[in-house]
Amino acid sequence: MTATLHYLDRRDGHEPVAGAKTKRNPLISLKGVGLNFGSHEVLRDIDVEIGEGEFVCVIGPSGCGKTTLLRILAGLIRASRGSVSYRGQIQTEPARDIAIVFQDYANALLPWRTASANVSLALEAAGTPRAERKDRIAALLEKVGLSKHADKYPSEMSGGMQQRLQIARCLAQNPSVILMDEPFGALDAMTRQKLQDEILSIVSDSNVTAFFVTHDLEEAIYLGDRVIALEPNPGRIAELIDVPLARPRNQLTTREEPEFLALRRKLFDFVMRYE
Amino acid sequence: MKALKGFALPIAFLVLWQVWAMVVGLHSDTLGAAPVDIAVAFLAGIRDGSILDATGMTLTAAAGGLAMGAALGILAGFLFGLLPPLSRLSRITVEVLRPVPAVAILPIALLVFGFGYAMEIAIIAFACFFPVMLLTEAAIRQITPRLMEVARVMRLSSVQRTSKIVFPAVLPRLFVAFRLAAGVALIVSVTVEIAANPQGLGYRLMLAGQSLRPADMFATLFWVGLIGWALNWALVRTEKKLFPFHSLRRIEE
Repeated sequence: MTATLHYLDRRDGHEPVAGAKTKRNPLISLKGVGLNFGSHEVLRDIDVEIGEGEFVCVIGPSGCGKTTLLRILAGLIRASRGSVSYRGQIQTEPARDIAIVFQDYANALLPWRTASANVSLALEAAGTPRAERKDRIAALLEKVGLSKHADKYPSEMSGGMQQRLQIARCLAQNPSVILMDEPFGALDAMTRQKLQDEILSIVSDSNVTAFFVTHDLEEAIYLGDRVIALEPNPGRIAELIDVPLARPRNQLTTREEPEFLALRRKLFDFVMRYE
Repeated sequence: MKALKGFALPIAFLVLWQVWAMVVGLHSDTLGAAPVDIAVAFLAGIRDGSILDATGMTLTAAAGGLAMGAALGILAGFLFGLLPPLSRLSRITVEVLRPVPAVAILPIALLVFGFGYAMEIAIIAFACFFPVMLLTEAAIRQITPRLMEVARVMRLSSVQRTSKIVFPAVLPRLFVAFRLAAGVALIVSVTVEIAANPQGLGYRLMLAGQSLRPADMFATLFWVGLIGWALNWALVRTEKKLFPFHSLRRIEE
């Protein structure tokens, strides 16, 4: 209930046009970002501004540099050209309030730590006092529906549960921005839809900004306020597409809306050009 | 009940052996010995303390050599794992030394140390060093790069990174290396005692054979087997207790 109200507040404040809040409050801005690996040009002239609380999805044919772009935003690699600024500051190192959800949850979780101890890692890194950790961990696991599995090791959990755990650990960083790199790519269709809705409610609850890389076009439209379409060789922005679908979104009705279908067609045609 | 099933085969074997010995009329001074004679010889060895003394000597040497070989192996493994150029530089040396059977350095060790613990410990350490070193190096290489990225994204300090990521990541594999090396240490200690060093279980085994006391020989032999089995059982149990998550252990086994 509170979640919904909070969500509506946000919409009243910033909507209706998805692009509008971008202009008001650019949280992240990329100017002329390019990257070379040796002589190979991976990305060229990326210009994007991402507003606070915005949900931006990135699609494009494989090899177009989606993941690389995410890693630049994260501060894990540095751009060869151009600048990335976060809250007006040039970004060179990972920021404490930018969290990443990796696709390969099995590698990203610490196999020797239980679910609650994995969440604890982020709190330990942030220097949260021991006394406060327990309650925070319980609340975070509750949020992703893993309360009953707090003492399980990742290897005892299903893929969907492991990915939920990774999301909980990211939330423990108290992030302003969550970067997600094809987070649901390895999950089955049902689990994926469930997690899509969970991530939407988490994002709107805590008003975080989301940057979501995916190869699933429908997923991009379903989740995003905006979709960045990248074209390959070298990776550059082909188009920035606003998604004017109403929120909260619904797995059945949203996907049946004519606008959804039209966007799906548009993105599909775009991707097919490069396959 | 399940555990007991495993004993069915050896017990059946012992019974058959006993029956066969009684049928052909084996005596304790011939080449064979009946299980009952072996049991008697074993109890005698326990009573006069000779088996326990020999066991103490063998285990002391094995433990000393294992501790030394494993410590040096872990140290070298860490150096090679963290500094790849160093690893490349010493690869040929390692590849040449590694296949040398531990017992082959016995003459050298004998020249340097003479008979006694020092020589035996040196050979055991040599034998334990290589597997521990190689497994340690591999353990460090196998830390997934993703974990190091997680550490960076969370801005762990380098101390936190080492204590919270690197050490716990390699620890289960280090323990596996230690467990394998413990088996090697026992084998090599008995071998060295049979081949040269006049002490411990190997020597007792050898002496019993040469002085035509087959019951005593078999008693020592079975005792060595039992110790090896108990050692591995204890280490596997410890491993399961220390590292209860399965994914890593499955890879090793």
